[in-house]
Amino acid sequence: MDKGVVNLGRVVTSTKSMAAGTAVKPMTAEAEEEIAAREFASIVESHRPQIFRFLLASLRDVDLAETLTQECFLKAHRNWRHFRGDSSAMTWLMRIAINLQKDHWRNRRLQFWRHTQSNAVDVDEASDWLPNGERNAEQQILAREQVAQVWQAVEGLSERQKTVFLLRFVEERELSEIARATGLSEGTVKAHLSRALGRVRAELRGTR
Amino acid sequence: MIERSKIAAEIDDPIVAEALKHFKASVDTWSEAAYSRSRMVRGGMRTSWRLAASWALGCLLAAGSVAGALYERHVRQESARIAAVKAAEQKAALERKAAEQPVAVVTKPARPVAVKRAADEDENLLATVDSDVSRQVPSAMEPLAQMMESSGAN
Repeated sequence: MDKGVVNLGRVVTSTKSMAAGTAVKPMTAEAEEEIAAREFASIVESHRPQIFRFLLASLRDVDLAETLTQECFLKAHRNWRHFRGDSSAMTWLMRIAINLQKDHWRNRRLQFWRHTQSNAVDVDEASDWLPNGERNAEQQILAREQVAQVWQAVEGLSERQKTVFLLRFVEERELSEIARATGLSEGTVKAHLSRALGRVRAELRGTR
Repeated sequence: MIERSKIAAEIDDPIVAEALKHFKASVDTWSEAAYSRSRMVRGGMRTSWRLAASWALGCLLAAGSVAGALYERHVRQESARIAAVKAAEQKAALERKAAEQPVAVVTKPARPVAVKRAADEDENLLATVDSDVSRQVPSAMEPLAQMMESSGAN
């Protein structure tokens, strides 16, 4: 999955160089569109699971995460021509996903009666998911408890803190990438991360 | 892309680092399972079920309101018919009574003189009481008038 991201960077760079090459050898509009479509298809293939994972962790709702992932790529497809490649495509997509998530919560607050239709799973259910490792039963129980505690701490974070926290510790993004995706400064990202970690630490020690 | 160990190394607390590692593994597992699950199109089913339920409810409400209106109309017609029958019966009974009884001339009896005198006395007494009471109550402007008089004198 990580390789896909690296490859994507290459694809974008090569496309830009290709675009620069158009001055030497003109390309037809159809050929350009075909290349853009192929590029976008590779982006969807390599980044869709990550965007879905981020939205799933943020919302804890599989159906909603799927819907917003679809919307994210639909929006990205519409604006693909405007993507300049200043940041990585992943960062750009993350930014779209974060904005979609914000819009969703804003609409949710206005349409308060939809709260009853939420399919979000609770913390205990979310922490049931653990990889089938070689750990024994005791270690698995301990790991599940820890995961539940982290979920509990995440639930107590503000939307922004949660986004920053998940981008860092689930998506393992660099601070600069998080800053670009969220539109915050690196200092603010660090501050949010520090607060979020403090909360997780307090939850794990039972001092919250 | 950052190595996983690099992020863990940033956190000096081993318990927190361990918990975050498990958290990430858990989210990855859940996400992979949810992503690769077979997609079921439930939207259409849900929509058709809701549509059918709303249609049934709408038909029920419409039928109820029509039935209610018809019943109300029937009740009104029935009560009007009963009232008309009663009125006709009363009229017939009165006519029958009037036909049976002879016409009597009712003369107004003369008012006795003693009763008239007593009534006059009562009226006089009430008038006296009213005048006495009204004299005891001061005029509304009286205190103001007194103040003005006293200030004029000063």
